[in-house]
Amino acid sequence: MTEDLIVFLKKYKTSRIGLIGLGILIFFVITAVFAPYIAPYDPDQRYKSTEHPNSAHLLGTNQVGQDILSELIYGTRVSLFITLFASIVSAFIGTSLGLIAGYFKRFDFFLMRIVDLFLTIPRLPLIIIIAAFMRPSVWNLIFVFALFEWSITARIIRSEVLTLKNRPYVDAARMFGARDFHILGRHILPNVVPLVVVQLVLVSRYIILAESGLSFIGLGDPTAKSWGMMLHDAFEYPTIFISDIWMWWMLPAGLCIVFTILSLTFIGYALEELVNPRLRRMTIL
Amino acid sequence: MSILKLTHLKVHFPTQDGVVKAVNTVDLEIAHGERLGLIGETGCGKTVLGMSVMRLLQLATKVEGKIVYKGRDILRLSEEEMRKIRGKEIAMILQNPTTSLNPVLKVGDQIAEAIQLHQGLNKREAREKAVEMLESVKISSPEKRASEYPHEFSGGMKERAMIAMALACNPSLIIADEPTKGLDVTIKMQIIKLMKEVTKQKSMLFITHDLGAAAEICDNIAVMYAGELVEYAKTTDIFKNPMHPYTRGFLNSLPGMGLKPIRGMSPSLIDLPTGCRFYPRCDHASAKCKIEHPEMVEIKNGYSVRCFLYT
Repeated sequence: MTEDLIVFLKKYKTSRIGLIGLGILIFFVITAVFAPYIAPYDPDQRYKSTEHPNSAHLLGTNQVGQDILSELIYGTRVSLFITLFASIVSAFIGTSLGLIAGYFKRFDFFLMRIVDLFLTIPRLPLIIIIAAFMRPSVWNLIFVFALFEWSITARIIRSEVLTLKNRPYVDAARMFGARDFHILGRHILPNVVPLVVVQLVLVSRYIILAESGLSFIGLGDPTAKSWGMMLHDAFEYPTIFISDIWMWWMLPAGLCIVFTILSLTFIGYALEELVNPRLRRMTIL
Repeated sequence: MSILKLTHLKVHFPTQDGVVKAVNTVDLEIAHGERLGLIGETGCGKTVLGMSVMRLLQLATKVEGKIVYKGRDILRLSEEEMRKIRGKEIAMILQNPTTSLNPVLKVGDQIAEAIQLHQGLNKREAREKAVEMLESVKISSPEKRASEYPHEFSGGMKERAMIAMALACNPSLIIADEPTKGLDVTIKMQIIKLMKEVTKQKSMLFITHDLGAAAEICDNIAVMYAGELVEYAKTTDIFKNPMHPYTRGFLNSLPGMGLKPIRGMSPSLIDLPTGCRFYPRCDHASAKCKIEHPEMVEIKNGYSVRCFLYT
């Protein structure tokens, strides 16, 4: 297993775009993990409000006097945690249902109609409605995103399983007396793992954007401030665009969101290139 | 007592174009320790016959008759009982080793998996047994090879790995479905030698269109044409003196025997000719052949043929 990883990393290393993406993401992950050590202040601590950047507060303070830089660093935690958790849950649900739908014909029709339902309803408006009715909390956000993001993964995995289950090695396994679940777990799942990983990255990109959007319109968790929540606070401040405050209050959080999505896009692109050899010759950058 | 006995076996598949009659009333018996060659052209139903013994045909397939393995009718067993027979009692060597090995699993692990399924061994023991099996099929440095992936194996080695996998649980009956297909001549000879060696104590149904391989390995030969048996005899007899016009034509089409093709095409299994299935291509066909369907007749001890020339 470790040698496979080394081979994979070696291949990954040849993709410049992938390395840039990974670099940015690692930067954010380290920030999130070591937030208490990096942040100069406790983000809940109040100082003098709406201070301009100075040597004590590099990005100034917000309307209630919290240090914006510390807020930004702790916000990385919230944003990344929601994204990671929700995308893993949705990938897990999507992969399981995709495997079952693709392998067992009797569940296929029913499961795929549910997928159709989730694919056809406009997601963002519905997410907004559901989030508005639920108590705003990190876990509710994760639940809502996982609920709406599994469907595409399920469909992609199902179509792959449909072709994989007709491979001769699946017949061969059956010939040795393997049970269905053994075949699914041991012969089919490892073959769809690359697809799942790509899907995970692509979905997480969507989730971080949706999370920021929801927080921005005020449906995020007020006790755990994410980047989107910071944008929300800043936007509510009366003179945000009249003065220069937006430059250190809104811009950094916005850029963080943009760069995270960019890094995930790059990683997804590099992975897709590795997983799908037909794309290998097309290079951007 | 025979290890495997097929009585009046019929396998029909419904398709959009009509019912494919892949196997039609086949009676066949394999004795303990016998290696039986089933030869015939592509598309005559050989593989389907093998698969029906494993009971691995698609659900819509209609299988009639009896397949008795060691006194038990396979067609009446539950799926769970059948699962215990597959691999442990009857193992199949599939054609095309390149696609029959999972590309993302190490060869050793795939063999170990078959062992783990049937024998209560833990992962490490199974793995050791797998290395042993690779050694028994003469793969050099088996320890190292076991942790390689199928794409690192050559065609001949993949075939050896498939054989190792089939032998892993020490089955009593092996169904080999064209194991020499697609191998070059020298490798083919090695595989044939290996097959002969490893199946010494076992019974085998050797499905092939390679007469040379069948002659080398098998004790008896059954010739199949358009879903039915047309000739059954000892290997030496059939090669010395083939009786059925189809078998004769088949032997004459070999490169060493003059390379004379049989005229015409083998019939579609959906729309079989009436009377003798071979009469449209037969040089000895008479008016009777067109109307009446000949029966399999034992003309001398252990020699059966389905042709009006001998009745």
